[in-house]
Amino acid sequence: MQAFLQNLLNGIAVGAIYALIALGYTMVYGILKLINFAHGDVFMLGSFVGYYAGRFAIAHMQDTSGTWTSWFVAGAIMLLAMMTCGLFGYLNERIAYRPLRNAPRIASLITAIGVSFFLEYGGQFVFGPDPKFFPELVEKHVLQFGGITTTNYQLIVLVVAIIFMAILQYIVYGTKFGRAMRAVSFSYESASLMGIPTDRIISLTFVLGSALAAVAGILQGLSYPKIDPLMGILPGLKAFVAAVLGGIGNVPGAVVGGLLIGVIESFVSGSRFSNFTPAIAFVILIGILLFRPSGLFGKYEAEKV
Amino acid sequence: MKRLPWWLRDLIYGAIFIAVLIGASYGMDAIHIAGIAYYQRIVVLMGINIILAVSLNIINGHAGQFSLGHAGFMAIGAYFAAFLTYFYFAPYVNRFPAGTEQWVLQNALLLVAVLLGGALAALAGYLVGLPSLRLRGDYLAIVTLGFGEIIRVVILNIDKIGAARGFTGIPNWANFFWVYLFCGITILISWRLVQSSVGRAFLAIREDEIAAEAMGVDATKYKVKAFIIGSFMAGVSGGLFAHFMMYLNPDMFRFLRSFEVVVMVVLGGLGSISGSIVAAIILTYLPEGLRLAKPFLHIEKDPRMVIYSIMLIVLMLTRPQGLLGRRELWQVLKRRKDAPKEEPDAAARN
Repeated sequence: MQAFLQNLLNGIAVGAIYALIALGYTMVYGILKLINFAHGDVFMLGSFVGYYAGRFAIAHMQDTSGTWTSWFVAGAIMLLAMMTCGLFGYLNERIAYRPLRNAPRIASLITAIGVSFFLEYGGQFVFGPDPKFFPELVEKHVLQFGGITTTNYQLIVLVVAIIFMAILQYIVYGTKFGRAMRAVSFSYESASLMGIPTDRIISLTFVLGSALAAVAGILQGLSYPKIDPLMGILPGLKAFVAAVLGGIGNVPGAVVGGLLIGVIESFVSGSRFSNFTPAIAFVILIGILLFRPSGLFGKYEAEKV
Repeated sequence: MKRLPWWLRDLIYGAIFIAVLIGASYGMDAIHIAGIAYYQRIVVLMGINIILAVSLNIINGHAGQFSLGHAGFMAIGAYFAAFLTYFYFAPYVNRFPAGTEQWVLQNALLLVAVLLGGALAALAGYLVGLPSLRLRGDYLAIVTLGFGEIIRVVILNIDKIGAARGFTGIPNWANFFWVYLFCGITILISWRLVQSSVGRAFLAIREDEIAAEAMGVDATKYKVKAFIIGSFMAGVSGGLFAHFMMYLNPDMFRFLRSFEVVVMVVLGGLGSISGSIVAAIILTYLPEGLRLAKPFLHIEKDPRMVIYSIMLIVLMLTRPQGLLGRRELWQVLKRRKDAPKEEPDAAARN
């Protein structure tokens, strides 16, 4: 029971990060039908911005650990990472995807792969290929609840992830921008005929998705401090699997898919099949897609001739 | 003049091709310049990439099924062929004294190992092709990608073939001759396939699957067929790769490898065989050739892969339909009247 709860908690903490990345994938896919392979690397970028900003903050301030100041600093660092990644997301869309909007879709897929390579190799070039250790932005405590060991970091990850998911939920379903976004994702042509500035909506979607990836990057840095320029590949892929699992283009689906993958992975790594953990996400994916080709919450669209 | 019967003509062409290959491989061995081995190695790796790109072009370009798992098929072929030679064939061959008999046996067994590796990969391709009955587009892409990763993790857990340590001690049996022989065979198969009724069915499925089915094309059967043929060739290239590198590691077959092959196919132009070949040559040489740029940049770190990725993006932005589009090289060069016009791909856009 104890082990079960422990695995569940760890799984949810990892799954929350997957879910945050998956949200970006699912929004972009929903709106452009493009697998943005560079998204996992934007997550890496966010982590590195947090790393450098955190080191700068620690080097240039008095010791603030344990005080409220450290929380403000951590918040500011997160905001900085979100802005940097948001800017990158905007430029990425503007330079690499928008010129190809009317080209075959596979062309933008290749530029997505190109941007992904650019971030990975560029990261190795600029940051260096060796792993870095993410600074502790706030004081770390170990907490015990009835036999379950956790850290306040895991709780921070959960709380922050939930806050951002709630904000996103509000943006998508409660604001004018969200309505425009859903309209564009429903039908690009009709949305633009209805006077929706589709290009601007798409840009903002990229900014939003990239900012969420930056949040995920910081949270990842806090919970698993070893970061390197290639760290985004596998979480990015798993997050994409999570998005497909939940029904790609579906915002709550991505959250559920991310949590599900995180929890299942955590249980598998706690069992005697732990060697197969990296593959389990894909096994689940193939299993689900064989029975529900449009994912858990996706709508099945019959093809019209 | 009376035309030769087709089999005689093919035989003559085949003999000429093999003679040229033998000549070229002797010629390459005969050159003794410092550092030439490096270039010889690149040329052989180019051949392996050509096999990969042309075979993926059958699945992605001709049949229009988006596969991202080519590295997985390659891994199956590589590991199975290496397993056969390392545990069964090499000990057997080594019992013979060095000489003609051993040489003949070695090459014959290499052929057997490589073909069996291809066959196992084809079986895997059949299994992966099956879900493609139900999945379309991006879903299929992610399933094939996941399949490739599953293969890698499974290999990582089989201790007999080295697991994470890598598989060492594979005999160096493959060479320029074998790689380019299979290169020629792959191109030939691919070319003949396009001309045949199977190839027409592939094109019909690519253009519009529903219309193709309405016209009586058994889409399921042909999609699986495309997967089987493509993965067989990928497995063969894997077997050759194993016997050329003499070392295998599961990390060589990460999905980045699949991406590289997809990039070659798309950059060359989906459905253009010569385009795949040209792109495979360019993209294999590009990361190596960019090493030459380093002395001019006066920086300590090596920016070649950054330049490589930027070039990839720029190439795609300037020629979204690929270098050659859907045409073949000679059609582009000659600008013949019967060459199909370049049109934006309506089916792929939606």
